[in-house]
Amino acid sequence: MLSIKNLKAEIEGKKILNGLNLEVKAGEVHAIMGPNGAGKSTLSAVLAGRADYEVTEGTVDFDGKDLLELSPEDRAREGVFLAFQYPIEIPGVSNANFLKTAINEKRKYQGLEPMEATDFLKMMREKMELVEMDKSLTSRSLNEGFSGGEKKRNEIFQMAMLEPKLGILDETDSGLDIDALRLVSEGVNKLRNKERSFIVITHYQRLLDYIVPDFVHVLYKGRIVKSGDASLAKELEEKGYDWIKQEVEANS
Amino acid sequence: MSDTQEVDIIDQVVSQEYKYGFTTDIEMDSAPMGLSEDIVRFISAKKNEPEWMLEWRLKAYRYWLTLEEPNWQNFKLAPIDYQKIIYYAAPKEKIKLDSLDQVDPELLKTFEKLGISLTEQKRLTGVAVDAVFDSVSIATTFKDQLAEKGVIFCAISEALHEHPELVKKYIGSVVPYTDNYFSALNAAVFSDGSFVYIPKGVRCPMELSTYFRINAENTGQFERTLIIADDNSYVSYLEGCTAPMRDENQLHAAVVELVAMEKAEIKYSTVQNWYPGDKDGKGGIYNFVTKRGSCEGAHSKISWTQVETGSAITWKYPSCILKGDYSNGEFFSVAVTNNMQQADTGTKMIHIGKNTKSRIVSKGISAGKSHNTYRGLVKVNKKAENARNHTQCDSMLIGSRSGAHTFPYLEISNNTATVEHEASTSKIGEDQIFYCNQRGIGTEEAIGLIVNGFCKEVLNQLPMEFAVEAQKLLAVSLEGSVG
Repeated sequence: MLSIKNLKAEIEGKKILNGLNLEVKAGEVHAIMGPNGAGKSTLSAVLAGRADYEVTEGTVDFDGKDLLELSPEDRAREGVFLAFQYPIEIPGVSNANFLKTAINEKRKYQGLEPMEATDFLKMMREKMELVEMDKSLTSRSLNEGFSGGEKKRNEIFQMAMLEPKLGILDETDSGLDIDALRLVSEGVNKLRNKERSFIVITHYQRLLDYIVPDFVHVLYKGRIVKSGDASLAKELEEKGYDWIKQEVEANS
Repeated sequence: MSDTQEVDIIDQVVSQEYKYGFTTDIEMDSAPMGLSEDIVRFISAKKNEPEWMLEWRLKAYRYWLTLEEPNWQNFKLAPIDYQKIIYYAAPKEKIKLDSLDQVDPELLKTFEKLGISLTEQKRLTGVAVDAVFDSVSIATTFKDQLAEKGVIFCAISEALHEHPELVKKYIGSVVPYTDNYFSALNAAVFSDGSFVYIPKGVRCPMELSTYFRINAENTGQFERTLIIADDNSYVSYLEGCTAPMRDENQLHAAVVELVAMEKAEIKYSTVQNWYPGDKDGKGGIYNFVTKRGSCEGAHSKISWTQVETGSAITWKYPSCILKGDYSNGEFFSVAVTNNMQQADTGTKMIHIGKNTKSRIVSKGISAGKSHNTYRGLVKVNKKAENARNHTQCDSMLIGSRSGAHTFPYLEISNNTATVEHEASTSKIGEDQIFYCNQRGIGTEEAIGLIVNGFCKEVLNQLPMEFAVEAQKLLAVSLEGSVG
């Protein structure tokens, strides 16, 4: 479903991604870990299409489409969803209105009619229940005055509503207490299925206690330097990243 | 995103065409170009006006001659050549219309195209419309139904004949011709406009609205609206306006006067969409309007809501004179400027009576190379015990070449007054736009969404029928404003 080959990207002349390769098949959950500055957030930004990053080399194939050729909105409409590390506030725009616009834009892209209001409301109720989202959050202005935990849960709720093929979680665990972390993770787990893939970007292993990945990759200096199964995350938790850095330096 | 990148993107995207820019091909009956006492007499004669009206016009004209164009505004204004304007233009063949069947089909078509249907079958339900084309009122709908309640809604030229005592009593009572340069000019040459009278204790059963259309070349539009709400009455009134795309600037200098008697309430809403000029600033309407309401009676209320998206220059301060004790003035404004547009707009709240209250909510949005100024005065007179004002003034910048300016003036002569002012300036962030993009919402849609959110408090004040239209208008007028 997602095939990243030799991806190189920079921002303002600074090279961040340095020949990254990653294969994600339908239904798989891949965790990307790594020390600060390794390029974790750059990867999510490049996949989502942020204009500040320049891709200098490499290809990204998403379900047979050249992802890098698509505008950010078309990537979203094709089924790429990014749960932001810092969700953005939009005053005066209700969550519900925002999502209705998003869903109908996607439907328009797919050549479908806008969703009926009653169907939309029904869907919203179901998904709210699914991710245990407080009802009051849907009528409030988007993320405005939300707590850190509420913002992250709202990201997961939006993901549930937009039903993407690929969900990218960018350090979704940052700033969450243990209860919020559990709620967010449960939400994500409910959205896992045979078709939907996830890339879970995190600095800490603890998120992966809740969202158990199929693969764990270590990102360092803009490349994936080590891959393994869920046990690799445990090892990193115990030993830190230094041994990996040393391995890489020794090999280079 | 760096500034240069952003500028590039702005340059790449061209504003969407003004969709009301068409012209109507119709034979006109016009005054010769230029302004003189003869022209004032010509207009008055066209309207078959009583002698006192002509005298008033002439006094205004002579007074205007003594004035100089004001120059304190916060925008550049090339000198206007008042001798190059046609002060009266009316579609020919208009004798006295008894029914819409006699209206030139070309005109009906024009208003249909603007979304204003004057024909019986397609009228907007619950809204009575007075349609003004260049210098004259074409038709007023639902007149009979309104008359049953005693509500008078007609062209002001008609009111001069049918209800001269009311016109004579109130015209110029809130905005005297001596008020300012453009009010003097308007008093001299105004050709039509709407007149509304709501009798005591009547709640006007439908929205009243006037739709202004400038069509003819080189003409100015100088309409005059007068609304009187007698004791315990209520009326909601809406005006809309558009004009063809023309390369020269056209002057629109209107006067609106509102009078609210005891416990009366007037809600006046404007959706202004005059042609704004092209993206290089060529052409467009100069919208220089004097709007003022007087809360004459105790517990009266006047509420102005304006959504200003059009015009090359918008220069107006819809104001409230709070004479009656416990009277209440409100001003809700959204002013959008894009490309080379300029706006200097705001309000004046003059507290005279005791326990008077005013509220100002202003949302300014500037995009392109435009400049948007809020200018507001809150004045509390010596005897205005316990006056209260709350002002909230928010500006939003789109792109990095636009400007937002705020000039709040406070003149407080009574120390029991409570006056609060809040102001904010924000920029539509690339972060906000990217967030929307990432959810599948394109940039244009995203801006519309963000701007509508920003203006929500004001849009909520508009009558239902027009709120949706105004939302669309906001999105359209900002199309192509950012990357």
